[in-house]
Amino acid sequence: MFTRHDRLKTSYDVVIIGGGGHGLAAAYYLARDHGIRNIAVLEKGYLGGGNTARNTTIIRSNYLTPEGVQFYDESVRLWQDLSQDFDLNLFYSTRGHFTLAHTDAALRTMRWRAEVNKHFGIASEVVDRKAVQDAIPMIDLTCAGHAPIVGALYHAPGAIARHDAVAWGYGRGADRRGVELHQNTEVFGIELENGESGPAVTAVSTNRGRIATRKVLCAVAGATPRLLNMVGLRSPIFVHPLQAMVSEPVKAWLDPIIVSASLHVYVSQSARGELVMGASLDPYELHSTRSTLDFAESLAAHMLDLFPFLADVKVNRQWAGMADMTPDFAPIMGVTPVRGFYLDSGWGTWGFKATPVCGKTMSHTVARDEAHPLIRAFSFDRFARYALTGEKGAASVGH
Amino acid sequence: MKIMTCPVNGPRAISEFVYGGELRNTPDPNTVDDVPWSDYVFNRDSTPGVKLEWWCHTPSGVWFIAERDTATDTIQRTFLFQAGQPS
Repeated sequence: MFTRHDRLKTSYDVVIIGGGGHGLAAAYYLARDHGIRNIAVLEKGYLGGGNTARNTTIIRSNYLTPEGVQFYDESVRLWQDLSQDFDLNLFYSTRGHFTLAHTDAALRTMRWRAEVNKHFGIASEVVDRKAVQDAIPMIDLTCAGHAPIVGALYHAPGAIARHDAVAWGYGRGADRRGVELHQNTEVFGIELENGESGPAVTAVSTNRGRIATRKVLCAVAGATPRLLNMVGLRSPIFVHPLQAMVSEPVKAWLDPIIVSASLHVYVSQSARGELVMGASLDPYELHSTRSTLDFAESLAAHMLDLFPFLADVKVNRQWAGMADMTPDFAPIMGVTPVRGFYLDSGWGTWGFKATPVCGKTMSHTVARDEAHPLIRAFSFDRFARYALTGEKGAASVGH
Repeated sequence: MKIMTCPVNGPRAISEFVYGGELRNTPDPNTVDDVPWSDYVFNRDSTPGVKLEWWCHTPSGVWFIAERDTATDTIQRTFLFQAGQPS
């Protein structure tokens, strides 16, 4: 599917660190839309093996801030055409998305989100508990009596897609346009020079040799602080594991995507019949993708609050990704104080759905050396300016 | 179940503890400029390694310091905070 390259060249116009969905999408749009093809994508493991493979594949745009809503709406729009673009089936499946409210306070935030969403033309509405029951007849609206559902935010465009195919589609599209994809290639350091306007990127050193380049795009999710350390930058990013699990395949019974912030559950049923389930972040910093029994136990308990009939269903697999979180729950994207060092990070719990729009906006940013208008509210320097983009209210579960 | 040792109550299940973030020095809020203050408020050293962290044993309300490797999740020692300690 991809061209193999025996060795790295000594220089590239752009080096992209991280061969996940985001890095590959940026490479794809740089080659397709900006005519920049002398690009190396460096991946220390295998393509799409990081958080691209570790999320729960939910796509939605019902965010809280106007900046977030417009950004994710563009992403949802791009998702629609990707299978055509790639000539590869992404199994993009529009399901509808319910965020359940168990308290009046949650319902109030949903009303706020729905109004912001509608203002930007996005299908998003508050519905009552009967609508929830009608859409999901198997749900226990009382949640075993201790967290009764009072309503929900319903988002009709909510969808799921096949995560591997997204990475492969972008990777293949980039590869065919001359981008070099180098797997098992780890970055050890980034060389800088001190120019008139501060430090600037000159080269990247890897386990397979040194590469001269003036532009580096960092798209490495949970490894972002390590890369920032290489260029002497500090950031608010903190890294916690985010775990998920899937059940054995069962007969199709769950069409929409269900999220409960209070019960810390999000779940959809895959085309294979597996229930794909996620919960909140692990409660402390850790740079590891280990799984815990505590997680499986608490998520299973909350799943049973919603769907008691699943008591006999087995869990097939569980795993974790390293989530790069920010204090305001919005990403950190764009240019940095280091010239030629571009950042696509802070993706924490919602990077998958943003894959296409991140590729689009970061390729623009790298090609023109200035942030794309859609990502200006996500700038690296917003913290020093105390100008945060508060998106926490739209997180799928309470963290 | 992972076990952590509270300096007062001894070994307990990790579910009894809450993480309070890395031990850091607070700049003097009366004299510090906005930019260094924002660095203190927002920025973190999130590279993996052995760190001193605040933890709380919630049933007893004991706050203490744990030295923990954030790459392997091994707790090397725990002790009560003493003012003037290096961070």
